[in-house]
Amino acid sequence: MEIKKGIAVSPGVSIGKSLIVDSEDYRIPRREIEPSQRVGEIQRVRNAFQEAIEELTSLERGQDEATGGHIKDIFAVHLRFLRDRSLRRRVTDSVQTESVTAEYAVSTVLREIASHFETNVKDTYISERAADIYDIERRLLRRLLGTKREDILHLKEEVIVVARQLSPTQTAGFNRDYVKGIASDAGGRTSHAAIVARSLGIPAVVALEDLTEVVRTNDRVIIDGNRGIVIVNPDEETIHQYEAYSREFVALEHKLDAIREKPATTRDGVRIRLLGNIEFPDESSLVLEKGGEGVGLYRTEFLYLNRSTEPVEQEQYEAYAEVARVFKNKPVVIRTFDLGADKYTQNQRPTPEPNPFLGLRSIRFCLQNLTMFKTQLRAILRASVLGQIKIMFPLITSIQELMQAKMIVHDVMEDLDEENIRYNRSIEIGAMIETPSAALTASTLARDADFFSIGTNDLTQYTLAVDRGNELVSPLYSAADPAVLRLIRMIIQDANKAKIDVSVCGETASEPEYVMLLLGMGIRTLSLTSPMIPEIKQVIRSVKIEDCNHLTRTVLAMNSERQISSYLRTAARKILPEAF
Amino acid sequence: MRPAMQFVDTANRFHSDIIVSNGQTDADGKSIMQMSMLAATCGTCLHLRAEGSDADQALQALRELVEVRMFGEPPP
Repeated sequence: MEIKKGIAVSPGVSIGKSLIVDSEDYRIPRREIEPSQRVGEIQRVRNAFQEAIEELTSLERGQDEATGGHIKDIFAVHLRFLRDRSLRRRVTDSVQTESVTAEYAVSTVLREIASHFETNVKDTYISERAADIYDIERRLLRRLLGTKREDILHLKEEVIVVARQLSPTQTAGFNRDYVKGIASDAGGRTSHAAIVARSLGIPAVVALEDLTEVVRTNDRVIIDGNRGIVIVNPDEETIHQYEAYSREFVALEHKLDAIREKPATTRDGVRIRLLGNIEFPDESSLVLEKGGEGVGLYRTEFLYLNRSTEPVEQEQYEAYAEVARVFKNKPVVIRTFDLGADKYTQNQRPTPEPNPFLGLRSIRFCLQNLTMFKTQLRAILRASVLGQIKIMFPLITSIQELMQAKMIVHDVMEDLDEENIRYNRSIEIGAMIETPSAALTASTLARDADFFSIGTNDLTQYTLAVDRGNELVSPLYSAADPAVLRLIRMIIQDANKAKIDVSVCGETASEPEYVMLLLGMGIRTLSLTSPMIPEIKQVIRSVKIEDCNHLTRTVLAMNSERQISSYLRTAARKILPEAF
Repeated sequence: MRPAMQFVDTANRFHSDIIVSNGQTDADGKSIMQMSMLAATCGTCLHLRAEGSDADQALQALRELVEVRMFGEPPP
């Protein structure tokens, strides 16, 4: 049994047999085996050679001498390699002496031979034979890995897909009846695996680093998409635990599904608006399905990431228009490009910034790349006639930045006027409040913003000076820190004084233990990842604002993060015991 | 690759061990992997050695293939 920790990107629990999906060029990772397993692995090598010989023989026979003579020759050479005893011995010796898997031995030995051809042989005719060796390697690996890549399209039983990284082509062929979970070595919340899993409603965990080195096709695996855990070859006890946990989770989901149609209203009648956070246009339907009343945060970076060319205006327009059409008169808050601190933009720079999170990112990046920024604003404005689109600027740190960004919006509006292109003239423009400076000057910003959205993730990181991705300091990262909570309260109070809307779109909005506190501080709109909407609605429907206010007064009088966290958790557990 | 294939096929008709040397490396004349890694291009001088009951016949057949029939390919 092996437990791997990654990032949970789609909730749920699945137990099942794994199916390794690799790109054919993928290098087989080194995986050591127990000495007792060597005999079995050597037998697997022999079987793979034997099966490959049979496969090739029938392929060769199928080739017509006249038209396929050349191919027949190639197959004839491949066959002789497969029958070559000294080649086979080299592979089995590798299994024996290095205690590695059959796949790894086949791959390394054949690649050694191929690279010998490529590097040591001057004669181009012979050096080009390396391609033959790679072909033989792939043929053997297909036997050993058991499943051909195309098999993902022809699944006949339930599997959990395990991959280094999933390509769009691979994920496009998923059959939702059979794929019960996804786990990948690479990836983040915006990876294809994550998006597909969320849209299919199956659990997924990504960023597992070396999972494909640990798991083999047909190994039993558990995917815990709630906690971001994958367990390979679990023992009986763990399976029983997870089966029970899975049943509870499904029961909870069903129960929550039942409240989808009901409003998010507290027991004392206060209406709360729940919106969804999305990254891709096709997530829109999930927001509605889960009971979301609009989109509170539409991240647009996907248009830039994972590609090599700049997205043109029309492409952006379509991405915004698609969402606007789905939500019609429900709000859709489009956040302008939050680029700069990501790998993509850093790699594009002549020299990477020493400290990207304090560097040229988000609105600063846009203000220095006006062509890009204006193209996006044009696309958003053009789409604004189709629904209730609002514009939100990320990482505002001062009033000058907000004014400057708004001025550019007006420039773009003038351009559109000249071209007689329609747009919503009274489009709302808001600021994301996610830096201490913005929080502290919220009363000033509120005069020039139509709404605020509190980004608790960055606000926490910048307030506490903690990089949550750095495991040496990540325990210090907590939105329940009194410093963060006081800033949040300040933002809400200033927004209320200026009579502008204020919502929370950071992760705290999707954490049940924070709901009472946020309501108590005066929040009436939450924007969160759509799978969590039913659970948060359940919490809202179980509380009274009066109680939230009381809890908030108590919490704001506390001085330690630990005390606050545990107080919040206890309070939430009383309301929704299943969620904890 | 075709000449290597013909050479190996011929060598495999005999019981004897056949060792092919290019002066630096020895290769098993029955192994296509070793023979092709020897990378004997046109004009390379190879030494053949056979050990076993049918050694003479083996050498004769291989000589015939390489020197007389020239692998059935026209000379460059």
